[in-house]
Amino acid sequence: MSALSFHFDIDGEDFSSAGEASVAVKKKLRQLGFPSDVIRRCSIAMYEGEINMVIHANGGTADVLVEPDKITMILEDHGPGIPDVELAMKEGYSTSTEQIRNMGFGAGMGLPNMKRYTESLEIDTKVGVGTKLTMVVCV
Amino acid sequence: MTVQELAERLSLTPICVAEPDREVEGGYIGDLLSWVMGNAQSGDAWITIMSNDNVVAVAVLTDVALVILSEGVTLDERVRGLAEKKGVNIYTTPLSSFAIGAKVAALL
Repeated sequence: MSALSFHFDIDGEDFSSAGEASVAVKKKLRQLGFPSDVIRRCSIAMYEGEINMVIHANGGTADVLVEPDKITMILEDHGPGIPDVELAMKEGYSTSTEQIRNMGFGAGMGLPNMKRYTESLEIDTKVGVGTKLTMVVCV
Repeated sequence: MTVQELAERLSLTPICVAEPDREVEGGYIGDLLSWVMGNAQSGDAWITIMSNDNVVAVAVLTDVALVILSEGVTLDERVRGLAEKKGVNIYTTPLSSFAIGAKVAALL
């Protein structure tokens, strides 16, 4: 199998469509016959990233590169950026509003989950410019 | 035990029945979606009071066998339609999360 790539535009206005890209990636990986734990880890990481872009950055883009031995997910937005990455990586730390929390988000588990379920998580962020996350899940 | 059998034994009210023959292997209770994402397992009965669209997305991504909405929570028609489209089993019960969780645990 040669490398396959998928591109998604994440709509920042719409919470109801958040998760669409993750669900689509899950379906594709399943069709391609990846092991279920790999699919699960990709789904979780991708969903957290997608939700973060909707909550904090008014949407963005997601590119997924599928290779036989690894899956790379690149999520990019032009949101506010993360002022203190170390703090944002702490479980339970969240800057979400009460409204977001009422929807079941804002537990401060987004970035920690992304780190926990991927082999590598690179965060390239600049305040006022945006954030680019590169996550790799090895098969 | 299948979703159908579990629903009958616990008198759950169906909201969306997509795959009643699915095997239920465990359970998870939680309303914080990231927490559920990270911890619910494939085949679980996920018990929650949340009722927005994202419940459907999390159920699909974690591959839980069914969602049980506790405390009499239901879904509006739009979210129910989404669950149908995505093939997610969703039921509701008037019991609390604790009470229904205990009953699920006793059956598994």
